[in-house]
Amino acid sequence: MQAEAISESSASRPLLETQSHPQQYKHWKLRVEGPAAYLILDVQEGGGYLPGYALKLNSYDISVDVELADAVTRLRFEHPEVSVVVLTSARERLFCAGANIFMLRGASHPFKVNFCKYTNETRLAMEEASAHSGQYYLAALNGLASGGGYELALACKEIHLIDDHSSVVSLPEIPYLGVLPGTGGLTRLVDKRHVRRDLADVFCTLAEGVKGRRAMEWNLVDEVHPPSQWEEMIAKRVAELVREGATQQGIALEPLVKERRGNEIIYKHLTLSVEPDARVARLTLRGPATSTAETPLPDNAAQAGSGWYPLALFRELDDVLVELRFNFEEIGLILIRSEGELESVMALDRQLRARPDDWFLREVRLLIGRTLKRLELTARSIFTLIEGNSCFGGFLFELALASDRIYMRDDADDPAGIALSPLNEGAFPMGNGLSRLAQRFCGNPEHPRRLDTGKEPHLSAQQALDAGLVTAAPDELDWEDEVRLAIEERTSLSPDALTGMEASLRFAGPETMESKIFGRLSAWQNWIFQRPNATGERGALTLYGEPERPRFDRHRT
Amino acid sequence: MLDSIPNNVNLENNPKLQRALQRWNPNFLDWWREMGPGGFQEDRIYLRTAIGVGQGGWANYDYVTMPEYRWGIFLANPRQGETIHFGDHVGVPYWDQVPGEHRKDLRRLVVTQGDTEPASVEQQRLLGQCAPSLLDLRNLFQVNVEEARHLWAMVYLLHSYFGVDGRDEAEEMLERRSGHPDRPRILDAFNKPISDWLALFCFTTFTDRDGKYQLASLAESGFDPLARTTQFMLMEEAFHMAVGETGIARVIKRTAELMREGKDPESVGAIPLPVVQRYVNEWATASYDLFGSEDSSNAAAFFAAGLKGRYQESDNSRYPDHVALDDVFEAKIFEEGSWTTRQIPLRRAMNACLLDAYVADCKRVLERWNAVLKEHELSERITLPSVRFGRHMGIYSGQCYDIEGNPSDEQTLQSRMVDWLPSQADYDLVKRSMVPVYEPGKIANWIAPQAKGVGGQELDFEYVQFH
Ligand SMILES: [Fe+2]
Ligand SMILES: [Fe+2]
Repeated sequence: MQAEAISESSASRPLLETQSHPQQYKHWKLRVEGPAAYLILDVQEGGGYLPGYALKLNSYDISVDVELADAVTRLRFEHPEVSVVVLTSARERLFCAGANIFMLRGASHPFKVNFCKYTNETRLAMEEASAHSGQYYLAALNGLASGGGYELALACKEIHLIDDHSSVVSLPEIPYLGVLPGTGGLTRLVDKRHVRRDLADVFCTLAEGVKGRRAMEWNLVDEVHPPSQWEEMIAKRVAELVREGATQQGIALEPLVKERRGNEIIYKHLTLSVEPDARVARLTLRGPATSTAETPLPDNAAQAGSGWYPLALFRELDDVLVELRFNFEEIGLILIRSEGELESVMALDRQLRARPDDWFLREVRLLIGRTLKRLELTARSIFTLIEGNSCFGGFLFELALASDRIYMRDDADDPAGIALSPLNEGAFPMGNGLSRLAQRFCGNPEHPRRLDTGKEPHLSAQQALDAGLVTAAPDELDWEDEVRLAIEERTSLSPDALTGMEASLRFAGPETMESKIFGRLSAWQNWIFQRPNATGERGALTLYGEPERPRFDRHRT
Repeated sequence: MLDSIPNNVNLENNPKLQRALQRWNPNFLDWWREMGPGGFQEDRIYLRTAIGVGQGGWANYDYVTMPEYRWGIFLANPRQGETIHFGDHVGVPYWDQVPGEHRKDLRRLVVTQGDTEPASVEQQRLLGQCAPSLLDLRNLFQVNVEEARHLWAMVYLLHSYFGVDGRDEAEEMLERRSGHPDRPRILDAFNKPISDWLALFCFTTFTDRDGKYQLASLAESGFDPLARTTQFMLMEEAFHMAVGETGIARVIKRTAELMREGKDPESVGAIPLPVVQRYVNEWATASYDLFGSEDSSNAAAFFAAGLKGRYQESDNSRYPDHVALDDVFEAKIFEEGSWTTRQIPLRRAMNACLLDAYVADCKRVLERWNAVLKEHELSERITLPSVRFGRHMGIYSGQCYDIEGNPSDEQTLQSRMVDWLPSQADYDLVKRSMVPVYEPGKIANWIAPQAKGVGGQELDFEYVQFH
């Protein structure tokens, strides 16, 4: 049975610009003053991604978050000397009113979901920078922080609120819009800030929010200061927090070289090739040149710069994932392949883990880790195809491990090989805190140890199959048909069911705050976004700001 | 203490309200002593005290020191109808409790209104020191004690209907301070200093009149205690506006007399008409902003819920349609080089509707002022600034219009501002005129005397007995 595809296509929107640079920022000002950086929100009302809504009251849309994501990454690579990042706004008595409602209302369902995911990924990057990069995020709420504005603050290590007897923090989504503060707001409240559940319950239904002393008593914020002392107190706190004398010299993140040609986006190390009719995207990465792999790492690893293969490749991968999510909504299946020398990849893998304390290598590993997580959180089926000229070794094999299925060609004439490295055992933890190997064999914790990654084992198709590292290993005669059928079958299934299935199967093992946020965002938040009480003709989100009032279907599920 | 509170809300038999007031009242008195009229707390003032809502009940005159003033709590008499008459709940009986569904909106309305009342007392607290006459001084204090009573009125609602939260908000009313850097009042116009009597008269003409329109729209509310509370406040508000309107009329009259005599008003300590005009511009514009945005989803929500109606909403000849879902409000706006008409769904334009009624009212006031000029055979006229001029709120904020509402540009506006808004020189000039006159029957040189006294007394009555 063939159902007619009904969907609003991303083709009806202008392409989302996924890259930015401080010189192009419309909504943020980034000021670096020695060991402290200031990220100042000053949203340009008419500067949103799409026409039809004005970004009033420092509310945001995806274009604001693309810049924030850029700033967070850039601070880590370009300004390793920065140890405190202050998030604040340029507006009087206003920090941020959250995601723009009129933007949300006009957005298609897939766009909304991807917008929420992306903003939470940015927030997690801030939390990761606080935890692992020595860049401590401090929210200086100089006025109202509501909805997503407060969620953004929740992603900081520390929250300061101005106490002018009117500025509040609030999560008014439920009373005003009939949707959730679901981009981490609810979960961070109780899991991160440990706000007592009953107080959190009151807070999340209190449209007017909580101000001053009570906000502190409920642990919604850490400190409050009156306006006359505001600047002084923030400066004082920053001075307490900064680590002076950091001597690391950052590197410039050069703009990605990226060319659109028909159904292709061609990067330096990567090509995305989409087949709209088949709903398939082929992602082909090119391995490092032999000469690259043979170049030893400079004494100061950072001198390798943003062109260093692992960094360059994963920046491209990160970008292509955002492209796929926003600009290719109807693609259902991502096929990952690689072409190159396995040994060259392994040489770089050794460099990547050579100096555990080197800040630059640490940042590259963290960026690889974030990109892998972004891949797993992309609601598309992912298959990795390993063939004779593939180079999935060590850190690159993580891409395969992040896939839903791995097909490896078993061809005696053109043998395919993979290799493992110690990086596969925890350098790139999943959102649930496990390495992909540990998660893959979570019923058999001994198994990853037996693989003995320290010895950089190389495995043939048959060995990989036996070791449980690949899904299937068809021989050269079966390969074409097996793979073709798997692809066609996959893309014929319900996209919604697949999204649900994949999200359920990808993250076996324990929960973390991070995994909970995405789980609930993808389930509860998206369920509510689809329900008539939010987006129906008389739903609260539909009617927000309209003359009519919402009418609810009162049945509880 | 509670025995002496005049009321018609059955305070005697309401232990909850008694308890709340018992805690709040000492803090209120502290606030009054700290922020009420400075320097006159021990003097005996000939004041009107409301002790009931019936005929004569609300107008009893006697000497009293202000801290001993008997602030009371009153609801106007029950309304004609019994059911909500606008919005989505037409026909539903009036609420005599806060419906949970509308708690946040009602709280916001009550808190915002309530905050303005003590704010204006704070703004005016030093004016007694340069009063032009004893009667003016007494009128100022009458306005002040009544604004404080309006605070009582709003606090009564918070205490009675909004639970613990309401009590917290009632305390906050006493903690915020007009113009304070750390604890400012909620609305901008109430953080502006009122440092001379010309500003006071402009404030009571234009800003109290905003108060009148806000109160009138709340007097339509489906929440009956709010409607009846605000209805009674309107009676007092009328006096405040009269102080303002007659005040400016007397300033104009004095200046006109001098001009007729061929004298330069400034040289004898009176106030030139252009200065009056600039003060009018300043306060009218600030008051327009108090109405909120012309296109407001909050306003729509308040109307839909039956919480806040239009001016005289219950008048069917004024509004045939009380649901207001099908109509639009048309606002003229200059955008991208040409005039366009913005069509705002009527419910979202409720602030604009209220502003329209307000402007019409202000125009009538200006006509009466200009009649004074006419009587003196002067061709000068005082004009009302356009609602598009100098706005910080609403659809015209951030745009450039001149005082008449014609499109302009930033540079022109900059160069013309000295013509339109008071300069420091204007403030200084007015300040120099403010010589206190405390002798019964005497009046300062910059203003004409009142037409008559108050409370049945003559103009030369000793309205204030200094201790
Ligand atoms: Fe008042
Ligand atoms: Fe008043």
